[in-house]
Amino acid sequence: MTALLLNSVNKSFGEVHVLKDISLEVMEGEFVVFVGPSGCGKSTLLRVIAGLEDATSGEIRIGGTLVNTTPPSKRGIAMVFQSYALYPHLNVRGNMTLALKQEGQPKSVIEDRVQKASRMLDLGPYLDRYPSELSGGQRQRVAIGRAIVREPKLFLFDEPLSNLDAALRMNTRIEIAALHRQLGASMIYVTHDQTEAMTLADKIVVLRDGRVEQIGSPMELYNNPANQFVAGFLGSPSMNFFPGDLLTDGDTRTVGIRPEDLFLADDGPLAVRVSHVEQLGGDTNIIGHAGNHQITARLFGQHAVSPGADLRLGFQPDRTYSFDATGARLA
Amino acid sequence: MNTARSNPINTVMMHGALILYTVIALFPVFVILINSFKERRSIFREPLALPDSESFSTIGYETVMKQGDFVLYFQNSMIVTVASLFFILLFGAMAAYALSEYRFRGNMLMGLYLALGIMIPIRIGTVAILEMMVATGLVNTLWALILVYTAQGLPLAVFILSEFMRQISDDLKNAGRIDGLSEYTIFFRLVLPLVRPAMATVAVFNMIPIWNDLWFPLILAPAEETKTLTLGSQVFIGQFVTDWNAVLSALSMAILPVLVLYVIFSRQLIRGLTSGAVK
Repeated sequence: MTALLLNSVNKSFGEVHVLKDISLEVMEGEFVVFVGPSGCGKSTLLRVIAGLEDATSGEIRIGGTLVNTTPPSKRGIAMVFQSYALYPHLNVRGNMTLALKQEGQPKSVIEDRVQKASRMLDLGPYLDRYPSELSGGQRQRVAIGRAIVREPKLFLFDEPLSNLDAALRMNTRIEIAALHRQLGASMIYVTHDQTEAMTLADKIVVLRDGRVEQIGSPMELYNNPANQFVAGFLGSPSMNFFPGDLLTDGDTRTVGIRPEDLFLADDGPLAVRVSHVEQLGGDTNIIGHAGNHQITARLFGQHAVSPGADLRLGFQPDRTYSFDATGARLA
Repeated sequence: MNTARSNPINTVMMHGALILYTVIALFPVFVILINSFKERRSIFREPLALPDSESFSTIGYETVMKQGDFVLYFQNSMIVTVASLFFILLFGAMAAYALSEYRFRGNMLMGLYLALGIMIPIRIGTVAILEMMVATGLVNTLWALILVYTAQGLPLAVFILSEFMRQISDDLKNAGRIDGLSEYTIFFRLVLPLVRPAMATVAVFNMIPIWNDLWFPLILAPAEETKTLTLGSQVFIGQFVTDWNAVLSALSMAILPVLVLYVIFSRQLIRGLTSGAVK
């Protein structure tokens, strides 16, 4: 059963064509992440799904029903915003129950769902507090709680972790993943952070300039990127690209190789001058240049390499990717 | 704390300047107040002296209470001011919300058109307004004044409020839409509380000129039963004789209600600044 179906959705703001012919399917219970650089249209796409923006053309179906003209509150969705967007004049309980009251749910149902959600998110002690009395992480949990109590067909998350600090971000990420398992609900999650995308998603949708670049599971996209953009976007540090004639004369292809697939080898084919070394303890990132091209190598363990040194790097030939001049992947 | 602020000399100078300014600003009010409690001769002999047992007199207040229906004038002024402020804030905020929230053709032009009123004094149109009021039969009603003051206050209200409303996070309004709130509920329950400080500013800006206005009450509503306080006080100022005791007493009493309104609005100003918003 599909939770969401987009059929050639387009969106223009006046002259500006923001979403271009987007088709995509989200299965029931699936966790789908929209990822892409800023300005790629991922948030706009989420807003179109939510009904906060109208699609210029195309079909949007949620749970099989065409919802193009349905107002946001009737679409069976709930959304969590980057800025939390809690109602400042309502306490936590008020924030969570507003939508249910608006739907006219009986009191017992409302109380039941609030109890369930606050147990899930450990919000019990805070139910009578106001948003201004909560910390950032607590506010975000309230925002998530507000979405959960509605028991929507589809959860929409708009960069929910961007305003949190790094430690909290990781914890909340794990909580969201646990929540997804617990609720078994379909979720769509927008982020520009590829780590969030890789760790949370059942399926990643990579967007660029309003177009879908590739759709697939995280490992599919990582191991088998359709083009140079996807290859460079996923993975951290990102994939190295250099012209093929650095290795073989006259090779016009662009060669890509992931930093972790490079290793130190005295007779390696890549000659690199080291410009910077990042010691992470567990890993060592070596940033160097081969000609004008920056090459990053991620070596396991600790290596004493100093900037300015000349190194040779080797790799397995079957771990390389090649792309043509337009960025398309060559077999 | 930085050194400039903790330095005692600077603190003294800063407070000195502020106190000096306060004294200058309050001095006329002070003179009006003390003289309103003096008998006529002492007002002119020693205008700056405090009332003592010899010069003390409430004759001014007595005259004011006896002559003319001051309670009614008070009531009229109050009704006109409060009603005008209510309409200015209501319609101003609604127009500002529409301009800042919705994309529509001519949005920009409409905003400019509404702001144009700031630059054109409404008194230029007095004759036309009077003709209009005569035609609609509103002359000598409080509605004539309320309508004119509302029109006079709207441009600035729309201008200030739309700037503030642009700063309110879209996410909050969108969260309301997803939760099924109507546009009116979003406006009244989410947006208005967040622009309360701006509303208080607009209210204070508009309140004083309306309360003090003599022009429009004189022209549009000079009848006895619609006189405002300012107009009512004029009966004591004659071409040949002016009853200063009464004028000063009337003015002293006229200060009180504005003061109360001002305190109410300025509390909103401060509370608005400290209430936690989105982040």
